[in-house]
Amino acid sequence: MTPILEVKNIHKNYANHVALNNVSLFVEPQKIFGLLGPNGAGKTSLIRIINQITGPDKGEVFFNGEHLAPKHVDFIGYLPEERGLYKKMAVGEQAMYLAQLKGLKKTEAKAKLQHWFKKFEIENWWDKKIEELSKGMQQKVQFIVTVLHEPKLLILDEPFSGFDPINAQLIKNEILELRDKGATIIFSTHNMGSVEELCDNIALINKAEKLLDGSVKEIRKTYKSNTFKITFKGNLMGFTNSLWAGAELIEKSSDEDVHSVTVKMLRQNKPNDLLQAVLGNAEILSFNEIIPSMNDIFISVVENKTTLNTQSAFTE
Amino acid sequence: MNKLLLIIQREYFSRVKKKSFLVMTILGPLLMAGVMVVPIWLAMRDKTEHKIFVLDHSGLFIDKIPNSKEIKFTYGVGSIEAAKAKLKEGTFDLVMEVDIEAINNQKTTPHLYYKKQPGISIEQYINNSMENILFDYRLQGDSIDLGKIERARRPVEIATIKVTEDGEDQKTNSETNMLVGFSLAIAIYIMIFLYGAQVMRGVIEEKTSRIVEVIVSSVKPFQLMLGKIVGVAMVGLTQFLLWIIFTVLISTFVTGVLLKDQIADQMKQNQQIEKVMKNDLTAGSDKMEKVKTPNEALDFMNNLGKVDKTHIALSFAFYFLFGYLLYAALFAAIGSAVDSEADTQQFMIPVTAPLIISFAIAQGVATDPDSGLAQFFSIFPLTSPIVMMVRLPFGVPVWELALSMVSLVLGFLFFTWLAGKIYRTGILMYGKKTTWKELGKWLFYKG
Repeated sequence: MTPILEVKNIHKNYANHVALNNVSLFVEPQKIFGLLGPNGAGKTSLIRIINQITGPDKGEVFFNGEHLAPKHVDFIGYLPEERGLYKKMAVGEQAMYLAQLKGLKKTEAKAKLQHWFKKFEIENWWDKKIEELSKGMQQKVQFIVTVLHEPKLLILDEPFSGFDPINAQLIKNEILELRDKGATIIFSTHNMGSVEELCDNIALINKAEKLLDGSVKEIRKTYKSNTFKITFKGNLMGFTNSLWAGAELIEKSSDEDVHSVTVKMLRQNKPNDLLQAVLGNAEILSFNEIIPSMNDIFISVVENKTTLNTQSAFTE
Repeated sequence: MNKLLLIIQREYFSRVKKKSFLVMTILGPLLMAGVMVVPIWLAMRDKTEHKIFVLDHSGLFIDKIPNSKEIKFTYGVGSIEAAKAKLKEGTFDLVMEVDIEAINNQKTTPHLYYKKQPGISIEQYINNSMENILFDYRLQGDSIDLGKIERARRPVEIATIKVTEDGEDQKTNSETNMLVGFSLAIAIYIMIFLYGAQVMRGVIEEKTSRIVEVIVSSVKPFQLMLGKIVGVAMVGLTQFLLWIIFTVLISTFVTGVLLKDQIADQMKQNQQIEKVMKNDLTAGSDKMEKVKTPNEALDFMNNLGKVDKTHIALSFAFYFLFGYLLYAALFAAIGSAVDSEADTQQFMIPVTAPLIISFAIAQGVATDPDSGLAQFFSIFPLTSPIVMMVRLPFGVPVWELALSMVSLVLGFLFFTWLAGKIYRTGILMYGKKTTWKELGKWLFYKG
């Protein structure tokens, strides 16, 4: 399958620092691709190269199998993190202008805008100036002009910032709908919750280098540490004593006679072995494997830890 | 190409539709018309007759001060109180008292009483007349022949004549040339500052509103910069054109309707003078030198007719446009390097310095239009739009003009390229205060 976007061994240097060092990406069509990394990792540099705002010092970018060229600009939609609109310009006029800059014909742009304004129930904003709108309303307009020309590749940098939870949900649904209609989305964010919710694949960049990439499911599986959370009724001492050398108690907390503990399996022991060992001493209420959150993986990879600390537990 | 057109359109219409554009368009000509019409109006307004009662205790001036169109003198005797009473009655506008010692004093100080302050020209007139009378009186006292002095005092007026390429003689006037040159230079200066600053503000606005990254994901930064510069240039041309049209309309209205009678008077006078001049010509050249052009405006118009209009107009259009384009690119670069207008200062000074220097040396250029200084600065692209305008009415060799134009176009290309490099990096830099050193580094970033 031809990837919609392929980035090959990109290098980018600025006067006194390296922004990207040999970074490669492979973005499958019709998927949501998370581009993660701490501040200053090089994400924005990479996104700007994909948008042809700047060029790489070394390396190549392919769009739909072709060398990235100026003509591809019209097939890409970009919502930058640092975004805004002309404050003194009317909403409709401005949207028409930006749509035409993306290569839409005047009549086409008008029809599409009317469709979106109706969908978001903002038809009466057309003649208002941007500065008369609230921050959240401006963000809605900004989102519309980003997706209006139905780009094949949509690059969203922190798309949910500035939205209240209700509008964030609205935008989330729109993003999923766009993907189902055939768009590919590159999604850059610090919000790991939304990465788990939305992304199919991710790449993690830190200090100009790619540290990790793959599907979200696979990555989370890989970073599992064979840890389980058990809630039970009964005697905590008896439970602890019944753990044999194959498991280690990491954490415990009690609420009257209901206890919850985190246990890490050692060696090749299976969960069933553990259950058998403790069954006689406790009435099991729940038993879950702890799968690391993207948040944990992110922190762990960035801080270069080998084992995962699962204290901010995410259960599945 | 299509996208560049879109940008130019937006830049143009978003400015032309602003209220401030309308206000400037209306106020500009009113101001200009005011500058042109008010002096004429003022000159004509003071034509009301002033009646002056002269109480001359010395007796020297009685019946000697000549009446003029505006001032009529009446001489009398009596007490000053009685004379002042005439002011109150309204039979006289002014009362002048000359003391008995006026002839012998080192300095004569007549007193002029008034109810309504007379204009400075009236005071001047009385002053001059009395001085002349005193002068003649003293000379006569020393028995010197007045006629001899009259003959000894002859005016000199230099007629400058340019020998043109075709060997024809062409009468020129340095003052008129200077006036034309300076006016055109000032127009270019205003265009550069007014609209160059608009380009800069536009760039800063795009940067602070954070729309710039959205736009450069659709078009090249250079296109955006060029579109803005061209769009604003068209706004400037529109404004200048409207100003010219309105100024002409207003001044024709004012001179044609409001001051119709006065102008007609003036015309009659001029015609008579021309007749006199013609008569003199036929009568013999001896009298020629006595005849002076009586009206400065007429003089100016005559000289203006001698200036090569098409040549200057075309050159003006060229320097006007390219001078603006060159500086607008630099202003755009400044705008891209800062976060707010308050931060522009450190970069503004070096950019505006050549313009200010141009005006500083303009006076020197006008006094010696073919000096090495004038030649250099009228060819150097950062100063040529202004300095060449000052030189042009005096006549500039074709090769120098061509060299200056070529170097301005090259300078425009070079500085636009340079500005583009700074612009492209600057618009995406937020929050940091830019130094000159960084600006230098930006030039070497790869696209």
